[in-house]
Order: sequence, then structure tokens, then C-alpha cells
Amino acid sequence: MTLYILRRLLQSIGVIFVVTALVFVGIYVIGNPVDILVSTEADQDQFERMVKILGLDKPLWEQFLIYLSKLVQGDLGRSFAFSEPALKLVLQRMPATIELVTVAMLMALIVGIPLGMYAGLHPERTASKTIMGASIVGVSIPNFWQGIMLIFVLAVSLAWLPSGGRGEIKTVMGITTSLWTADGWSHIITPAINLALAQCTLIIRLIRANVREIALLDYVKFARAKGLRRKRIVYVHIFKNTLVILITVVGLQFGNLIAYSVVTETIFSWPGMGKLIIDSVYILDRPVILAYLVIVVLLFITINLIVDLLYSVIDPRIRLDSDKHSS
Amino acid sequence: MTDSQVLSVRNLDTRFQTQAGEVRAVDDVSFDLQKGEILGLVGESGSGKSVTGFSIMGLIDEPGKIHGGQIQFKGEDLINAGDKRYKRLRGREIAMIFQDPMMTLNPLLRIDTQMIEAILAHEAVSRESARQRARDALGMVGISSPDERLRAYPHQFSGGMRQRVVIAISMLHAPDIIIADEPTTALDVTIQAQILYEMQKLRQKHSVSIIWITHDLSVISALADRICVMYAGTLVEQGPIDDVLDRPTHPYTKGLIQSVPNRNSTGQRLAQIPGVMPTMINPDPGCRFMERCVYAKQKCADEPALVQATDDRQIRCHYPLVN
Repeated sequence: MTLYILRRLLQSIGVIFVVTALVFVGIYVIGNPVDILVSTEADQDQFERMVKILGLDKPLWEQFLIYLSKLVQGDLGRSFAFSEPALKLVLQRMPATIELVTVAMLMALIVGIPLGMYAGLHPERTASKTIMGASIVGVSIPNFWQGIMLIFVLAVSLAWLPSGGRGEIKTVMGITTSLWTADGWSHIITPAINLALAQCTLIIRLIRANVREIALLDYVKFARAKGLRRKRIVYVHIFKNTLVILITVVGLQFGNLIAYSVVTETIFSWPGMGKLIIDSVYILDRPVILAYLVIVVLLFITINLIVDLLYSVIDPRIRLDSDKHSS
Repeated sequence: MTDSQVLSVRNLDTRFQTQAGEVRAVDDVSFDLQKGEILGLVGESGSGKSVTGFSIMGLIDEPGKIHGGQIQFKGEDLINAGDKRYKRLRGREIAMIFQDPMMTLNPLLRIDTQMIEAILAHEAVSRESARQRARDALGMVGISSPDERLRAYPHQFSGGMRQRVVIAISMLHAPDIIIADEPTTALDVTIQAQILYEMQKLRQKHSVSIIWITHDLSVISALADRICVMYAGTLVEQGPIDDVLDRPTHPYTKGLIQSVPNRNSTGQRLAQIPGVMPTMINPDPGCRFMERCVYAKQKCADEPALVQATDDRQIRCHYPLVN
């Protein structure tokens, strides 16, 4: 098990290297950040001084090598725009994003699992067909339009909820969170719904298809032939088997949500990593973009690792490595 | 109905509504089952054997429905028995074993979980005594070190061992009837022989009655007391096993027996019944086997009834073969 985790962490270093190299070249090609950073009145002298300070006068490969050698020491450089450590900027924003993504995922699961189970167990009922019809609508509406409509309805027309920002924040056990105050909750609900909708429809469809498939299997028939109560058949024999596929998708989608949150955070001016990365791309703030990517890569790898570990917990047939466990 | 008779099926009629039309999966099937008797239910795939079994268990799901007939279990009518009655019946008085032991046990649950839940479904006993019983049941079907095996998952067992576990589960409540739906089809021959041996032991020890559904005549000839031959949803012939196999009177039964590969015929074509089974969607009136029958005459266009040929044999044919 330890060996397996170590191997995965080593792989992640390779991924970080490749991602960093690609982004480094990509940003270099887009343009010179000094053009944006230096005020329009600056003369050639000031301009060149700035280029030197930021180390942009050196050839690309040299810049990259310097960056890498610092990265190994845990130094991800300073933001061009804020002259603060890039890592600190990203980490400051990370709790807001994680919080938003987690709330959205929980919403999607809480709504999606029961609806999907119902539709899967009773595919012929009108309610199931309504659920499936509604889920198509949910998938089809573009994310950004959905966000704008949510603001229009909930914040503008009805004026029930605020249209943006994070609300009152408290620090609980070293983590800043808006989940500790009512004001914070009122701010997170709308963006979380925006993120959750697409996930929710995905989960409904996934669970429904999976439940329908499992309900026809022999072991479910055998469970019925044993005279088990329907509740036990549904929750133990069917639901437990859908968990295998559910965990895979939730793991993958958690990563996707972090990516989608770039749009949602921009619409709702939610001060998370997504908004930071968009702002940083505008001003070509290379260290911040790279720091964001390193963090996101690490997040993805962690999530995937957790998913793999959960698999082996749920499905006894899956073994992570060749460790000899006596049964 | 005599005392020794545990099950009596009369004119069972089970249909499935599909988009293509109504499928007459089981049409006019009647048979009796005595205490301690093994009844072989034989026919090719799709002949309605399994649906007959599921009908008795009350496990016919939408879009299927039992349209008519009677199922009497120890004198009690099961067709109109409610859900509640059936829940108590299934697994306790009538148990079922399925074809593929690889699929019958839930892969994510340990053997003890699956056995104990079966006990607790019908009896309010402590988990500990349920576990005890599960262990004894495993021992009974010849699984060594049952304590250790209880904590294992299904994938840690071989196919034959799994089928033993399934048989152990079916015997937990000492049921009156076990419906075994092709329980040895997925197993290799040596394991098959062991399972047959276990079943015969159970029959002798607990005088459980068994409905053995299969398409394998050689298995049934070694095991069953009586045989019911099904074709396209109908019962075409029934009687004592040796009698029927030695002197089949229905052309289909005769064809089936001739289709069993014979070791003397090396290099020869294997015998087979020409044609395929007709669709059971809105079937034509008349004998269902007519199209494939070499003896068919004009009268076969009228549906033959199941008639008592001798004391213990029934046949559905206008022109029974004379042996």
C-alpha cells in the first residue's frame, strides 16, 4: 500500500514537470508581461530595467531552468503584479474554491442519488420520465448562461440572495470559511447551484443506468429469492454496487468542477483560485499561473489517489498492489 | 391432493407484454411434486422452464404477469397470495438456486453477510446464533474450515464452491421445495457430479422436494424421479424418468433423446431436430412442434390437449409414438 502511494507521488512529479514546461512555453509565446505591467508613460530605460528585474531578458530555456531549480526548493516565484509569493496568493484563494466545489458536489449528490435511484428502480413511472426529461434540460443549458439567469432570478428579480462575493468569513481551525455564517451561506448557494446543476444531471443519469443494470443481475434476483426485504435489497445489494461507478465519476468530476469554477467564480465574483487565474492570465502573471497549475495538478493527483483507495475499500476484488494480505 | 404432495401446478399461464406483442412464455403447464421427489423440468433455451420456476416463486416482474392457472403449495393457493405471504415463503419454504454461481452471490458482500441476512430475513435470532447456523450449513455442503470461509468474499471461491455456498443458503431454513435453475450448467463435469451428489444427499436427509430445471438429459437421467418435457412454453410430455427416456411417446422428446451425443458415432453427423423453436409471440393455434415434426399430419393444426396416456404418463400429441 505504502509502495503504491509512493509510486503515485513520483508519477505526479513527472506530470508537474510536463505541465510546467508546456505552460512556460505557452505564456512566453502569448506576449511580454512587461508591456502590460509598465505604465504607458514609462521610457525605454524603465522598461528594460523592469525586464531585467523579472529575469525576462534571459533566453527561454535559461528562464525555465532557473524556475525549475527554484521549484525544487519549493519556491514558486513572486507574482509580477502583486510582488508577493505566487504560492501564497494561490493558497490564500484555495479554501474559497474548495469550499464552493465541495458544496456544489454535495448538492449534486444529495439531489442526484435519490432521484437516480428512483428513476432506475421505477423506470416506467411518470415521475421517472419527468426526472429524466428535466435532466436533459439541465445538461443542455450552458453553464455561464445558467449562472447569469440564476443571478437574474434569485438576486435581481426576487432579491432573495446576494449576486456575488463571499459574504462574511470566519476562520475555523485555521481554515477561512464562509460556511460558518448565515451570510456566508446566502452567498455560496447561488454559485454552488450553478456548479451543481450539470453534475446533478450527470449523477442522475449515471445512477439510473447503473441501477437498471444491476437490478437485473442474478444476485439481486437471488436476494429476492432469499426473501429479503426490499429495503435491504435496494440499499445493500443494489446501492452498494452503484457506489463503485459513482466514486469514479465523483472523483473525476471533482477535478472538473475545479476547472468549471473558473467560469462560475468569474460570474459571481467569488474570490477563489479560478478568479485569480483569470485575472493572472489577463496580465500574463506567469508565476501565479504556474503556481495555480502546480496546485491543481497536486489536487487532481490526490483526488485520484483517494478514489483508488476507496475502490479497494468498497470492492474486495480490487487490490492496489501485490502485497500479500491473508484473507 | 394427497398428504405427500407439496406442490401442484395446474394450467399455469404466464405472459409477457412486449412491444412486439404478447409472449406466451408459459402456456398450460401442469405438474405435481411429491415430498422428497426430484422432478426434472427439461427443454431447450427459451422453452419456459425458468419462467415456470419464477412463477412458482412469485418473481415474475413487469411486463410479465401470471394470467391464469393454479399454484397450490401444500394446499395453499399461491397465485393470489399477497406480497407479504410471498416474502415469508421465499427462501423459507421454497428456495431457489440459479445457474451461474459466479453471478448469484453479491461480489461486494462477504459470505457471512449474505448467509446471515438470509437467516435474519425470516427468523428473529441473534447474529451470533445466525452465524453459527451459517457455519453449520457450510459444513453440511462439504466446505472445509467454514469459520474462515465465512469471512471470505465470493471471488475467493471457485465456481463449484460458490454453488455449494448457494446450496447452503437455500437449505438454511430447511425448505420444502428447492427450485434449481440449471445449477450445474456453468460447472465442469467433475464438480457437476459433486453437486449432484450433494443434492441427492440433501433429498435423502431432509426429504426436500426439488424441481431441477435443465436442458441436460444426462444430468436429469441420473438424478430425477420424474420428468416434464417443455417445448415453446407448453408441457409436451411427463412421466417417470426411465419410462419416458426409454419409451418417449412425443416426437419432440424422442428428438431430444436422439440429440444427446453418443460416443459410438465417431465421425458421424450428430443427430438434431430440424428447424428452430417457433416464436412465442401470438403463437399459431395448433401443435407448437408441428413445423419441426416429421410425423405431423393435418390434424396437428388443431391444438392437442395434455392427456393422461397411462396411469403415470401424460402427453400432448395427436399421434403419440408407439414403442
